[in-house]
Amino acid sequence: MNAPDRSAPDPHGFLRGRERWRPVEALPWLIAIGAFFALPDYMILGTQVITMIIFALSLDLILGYAGIVSLGHAAYFGAGAYATGMLSAHLGWGEPISGLLFGGAVAGLVGFVSGWVLLRYHGLTLLMLTLATAIMLQELANVLEVWTGGFDGLLGMEFTPLFGLFENDLWGHAYYWYALAVLAICFLFARRLVHSAFGRTLVGIRENTRRMHAIGSPVHWRLVTVYTASATMAGLAGALFAEINAYVTLDVLSFARSGAVLIVLILGGTGRLYGAFVGATVYVILEDELAKASPEFWEFGVGLVLVLVVLFFRGGLLGGLDSAARRLKEARS
Amino acid sequence: MTPALEVRDLCRSFGALHVARNINLALAPGARQALIGPNGAGKTMLVNLITGALKPDSGAVFVRGEEITDLGQAARVKKGLARTYQINQLFRELTVLENIALSVAERRRRGANLLQPFSRNRETVDEAAQLIETLRLGDDMLKPIRELPYGRQRLVEIAITLGQRPEVLLLDEPAAGVPSTESHIILEALDALPDNIAILIIEHDMEVVFRFAEQVTVLVGGAVLVEGPPAAIAKDEGVRAVYLGEHEHG
Ligand SMILES: Nc1ncnc2c1ncn2[C@@H]1O[C@H](COP(=O)(O)OP(=O)(O)O)[C@@H](O)[C@H]1O
Ligand SMILES: [Mg+2]
Repeated sequence: MNAPDRSAPDPHGFLRGRERWRPVEALPWLIAIGAFFALPDYMILGTQVITMIIFALSLDLILGYAGIVSLGHAAYFGAGAYATGMLSAHLGWGEPISGLLFGGAVAGLVGFVSGWVLLRYHGLTLLMLTLATAIMLQELANVLEVWTGGFDGLLGMEFTPLFGLFENDLWGHAYYWYALAVLAICFLFARRLVHSAFGRTLVGIRENTRRMHAIGSPVHWRLVTVYTASATMAGLAGALFAEINAYVTLDVLSFARSGAVLIVLILGGTGRLYGAFVGATVYVILEDELAKASPEFWEFGVGLVLVLVVLFFRGGLLGGLDSAARRLKEARS
Repeated sequence: MTPALEVRDLCRSFGALHVARNINLALAPGARQALIGPNGAGKTMLVNLITGALKPDSGAVFVRGEEITDLGQAARVKKGLARTYQINQLFRELTVLENIALSVAERRRRGANLLQPFSRNRETVDEAAQLIETLRLGDDMLKPIRELPYGRQRLVEIAITLGQRPEVLLLDEPAAGVPSTESHIILEALDALPDNIAILIIEHDMEVVFRFAEQVTVLVGGAVLVEGPPAAIAKDEGVRAVYLGEHEHG
């Protein structure tokens, strides 16, 4: 590569450089593939990590880019999980891939409708409304016992093998690849979206909504669009969750789940896509290890880690890594 | 001729405070008009009312004869109405280039495209680069806004608005906070705009007003005190008493 000409910065080159794939971006995928061969006994945990990454990635689209803080993102995870689950349990539709798409579509629809209303509000009001949406949906699932199984959970799901070949085996091997493929598609979509003109306008809305109005941006419509995309992705994560466990309880819509995904994303770093990868991996593994070591105190442990990260790394773990790398570079030059 | 911008009997109050009292104003296409008045006269409020950031209690606003009073802000922008802010409204984490390209992209209706990489919008980027050139921001093009001194940020503020290619341009104290060594950049950029754009400039520097404006409106206490060519305004006793007197210690 040529040394950049200092007197005339190249705007096209700069913007293209932003969007270009970097070698380091292969790392998560190499780790995911390597893990399959190195740790075959941990694939159920691995699938949990991947599901959480998809969920957190969906939150990053609205929180990290558009600046929408949500305390109720589990609403869409749960909508996807129940939709896929009920399709199988009540209608006997057990083909996993179409079931997954159905879950995503239903969650997307719920996201579109609720987003249309919610996103007219800002700040604390919006925060409370996201929370209320998830609570109401959970209450609805509780009341509609006939369909959802209510408090006892939704039973009776059966899923056919993937492509008619791969069963959800006891070790979770087939579903690991399945989940990884879903993640890859979601990630490619998210990466495209954030680097598009649309993605830039989201950042504009995050940085200064007032100015976006003043340059003629249809702000509400943009927010509803990204909210719908995010809800769809959260729904895919939920649907995957339903298919993996063949069991769904009210817990998929819980405040704890909405909070957990927020913690995951803040832990990893918002507005950078890969924060979801790092945060989910650390969180799920930590949860697993701490729960084994001390079932009563694992939440305390997670809380402690979060406090430390928030206090000492601005921008989460990846943000911390970034500034450490920058300092190293500065020290060298 | 149909005015580029017309304001009819515009009123707005916050409780007992009347920020706009029966304001009437008309700008012909190509007008170069100044809006002056002491601090708190309601100049910024008038811009807010015209652009739709604030709803009037009564009255109407027209752009090229078309009533826009009931339109939202973004819809008014699409009618060719754009403004700058007295206090910078920028996208602080984004680069100068992105700040301006974002405005151009919105004007070109590229903002809804969610799968094509932003860099593919070559014409948008070229146009943004052109504006960067006009406002002499080339050296800072790739820096995020927060790394720029206020005066330079001010130039970005104006470039974003020019990215809208407005037909009616409202400038709220564009040179405020710009070091005198750089304020000529703003005036040159305004001089370089097409003649048929109607411009309303809020400005305290009478030298700038004299140099730029053909017509001056004086606003006091939310009401139009007097309107006329700069020379007449400078001689007006009422203006001297109310505006210039106050301006010296305000
Ligand atoms: N949000 C607001 N609510 C009520 N009054 C306001 C608000 N903002 C400004 N004002 C008042 O409106 C009047 C006009 O303000 P402004 O238009 O900013 O004046 P100018 O731009 O002429 O200096 C002032 O008296 C100011 O104190
Ligand atoms: Mg003002």
